[in-house]
Amino acid sequence: MDLANFFIQLLNSVQYGLLLFLLAAGLTLIFGIMGVVNLAHGSFYMLGAYMAYALTGAWDNLALAILAGTLISISLGWLLEKLLFRHFYHRSHLDQVLLTFGLIYIFEELRSMLWGDDVHSVGVPAVLDWSIQLTDTLSYPAYRLFMLAICTALALGLWLLISKTKLGMRIRAGAFNSDMAQTLGINIVRLHSLVFAMGVALAALAGMLIAPLSSVYPHMGSQVLIMCFVVVVIGGIGSVRGALTAALLVGLVDTFGKVLLPQFASMLVYVLMALVLLYKPEGLFKQ
Amino acid sequence: MANRRQLLTSTAAIAGAACSGVWFPALAQNSKLRIGLMLPYTGTFTQLGVAIDNGFRMALQEAGGKVGGREVEFFKVDDESEPSKGVENANKLVQRDKVDVLIGTVHSGVQMGIHKVARETGVLNIIPNAGMHAATRALCAPNVFRTSFTNGQPTQALGKVMVEKGHKKAVWITWKYAAGDEAGESFKESYVAAGGTIVKELGLPFPNVEFQALLTEIASIKPDAVACFFSGGGAAKFIRDYAAAGLKGKIPLYGSGFLTEGLLDDELAPSAQGIMTTLHYSASLATKRNDAFRLAYAKTYKMQPDVFAVQGYDAGLLLLQGAKAVNGDLSNKKALYAAMESAVIDSPRGKWTMSKAHNPVQDMYLRVVEGKENKVLGVAAKALSDSGVGCKLG
Repeated sequence: MDLANFFIQLLNSVQYGLLLFLLAAGLTLIFGIMGVVNLAHGSFYMLGAYMAYALTGAWDNLALAILAGTLISISLGWLLEKLLFRHFYHRSHLDQVLLTFGLIYIFEELRSMLWGDDVHSVGVPAVLDWSIQLTDTLSYPAYRLFMLAICTALALGLWLLISKTKLGMRIRAGAFNSDMAQTLGINIVRLHSLVFAMGVALAALAGMLIAPLSSVYPHMGSQVLIMCFVVVVIGGIGSVRGALTAALLVGLVDTFGKVLLPQFASMLVYVLMALVLLYKPEGLFKQ
Repeated sequence: MANRRQLLTSTAAIAGAACSGVWFPALAQNSKLRIGLMLPYTGTFTQLGVAIDNGFRMALQEAGGKVGGREVEFFKVDDESEPSKGVENANKLVQRDKVDVLIGTVHSGVQMGIHKVARETGVLNIIPNAGMHAATRALCAPNVFRTSFTNGQPTQALGKVMVEKGHKKAVWITWKYAAGDEAGESFKESYVAAGGTIVKELGLPFPNVEFQALLTEIASIKPDAVACFFSGGGAAKFIRDYAAAGLKGKIPLYGSGFLTEGLLDDELAPSAQGIMTTLHYSASLATKRNDAFRLAYAKTYKMQPDVFAVQGYDAGLLLLQGAKAVNGDLSNKKALYAAMESAVIDSPRGKWTMSKAHNPVQDMYLRVVEGKENKVLGVAAKALSDSGVGCKLG
């Protein structure tokens, strides 16, 4: 592998890692603060992708579709939290798993009723439908770079929100000890709604952003869900910083593993997880 | 006394023989033939299951709705493409519903379950899709027939085509799972035999679709061509990513025909132009037989048939031919199997016959994506037969 290629693969790693981070951030927050194992997280990613497909079909404008899709997913998250998840915070993990596992089926069925079981594609917006020639055979699609920028901005924004704002302080307090936070006058009920809605929106956003690059297809959520859990476990449950580090690490291992050790590519990420857990059983950044 | 007793027993024996020989078939022919359909009616492969079901029923309807002169009764089980329930679901049809023939299925993992039940109970099984090699190789069985393909059959025709086009160095890329590995194995054999060299084999776990790193690697290797096995949603994404990475038009892309089946819509078609694939069927095959089939299917089901509908249709044709030879008495196994083995199926894909291992001996077409269709360029391999290695039938 020459130097140019090495850097391109590095770019690929970071891009994949940041996308994983968008997904895992919501999952780790929901897990860390509410203690809910949310298996349906991947479904929100799928719904996001399908929304991008449906809304660009209606308006032919991805930016508008993403905006509307984000609002819809925030409402959906808020509603789900109020109607369902709220009643499961103090139940056992098994109950939560049953609930969210059931939700996967409901979302898949809804998806099937609304959009059918076909594979769909979403067009890359015309302004970003060009690419940069990197080597004589390889060009890098501008949309991928755009996605990289958006994901970086979102990661940065999330970090600022959590570590520098009052709201972030409350979220951290809630994750650390929600009873104590409540005693100190933090409206934990509203905080839960907010965090849950944010988590759903982040997953849906990841789905909407990936839609033009990927195709939109049934069960796309369950594929990424496992990787998300790997990221959350490596990073330490509840830690956004951990999720970012772990997502980038997984991106690196996965990308270079595929190229350098194709025979073992499928297990390398799990080897990484096992190694981390061996030395840091609570993950890299324990709250 | 002794004589009378002898007389009685021999009379009884004659009566008994008469019963089993004459009476029961008559009864059997009056009763309905029980057909079990074990297909995916939900999940990722729903469309494939429905297409096979449609095609199969259409073949029977065209023959007047009767099989070997008998009325039919259908029993349906949704296999959900769930391998862990394969044996259980097959047993529902065989033990509970007592079907005379089991049609199924799509997913190779589920097929392993059906195969186990078929071998244990001896029930007639016609496979309308699943291409796992074992079913017509090492684990072949007299009562198991396939009307589709083996996973390696399409790519077996690919090697020669690519070398003839001057592509001597190729990269092979697929999902690392049974179907992908079997397709790769056959591609390698045919490509190396034709004088080509595989410079690198790339793979990713099924059904992972993060291709970017591998595409970067392909760009840095700069092979003469790339050959691949992908299908469904993953295939669509691979085609898009390949074009987006700037490889389309620079490094020709080849593949097993499932790469472009049922995916060429307005969005994907521009990225797919020029991709060459080999498969045993194409919707654009210009024969009278295919035109008639497509028209009839579209009229009946208000949708266009695909390769899976053809495979289901052929499963129907095969059953009809076999049952006709034994006048609907499927318990006459020897004659039934002999008739099915020697059947010539007049399929929309072209006429094909059965190999000794019970897999189609069929033409593989070379197709190129033009507009929104897989245009047939010609026959890549005439009467291609799977090796059937390890099968001791015939």
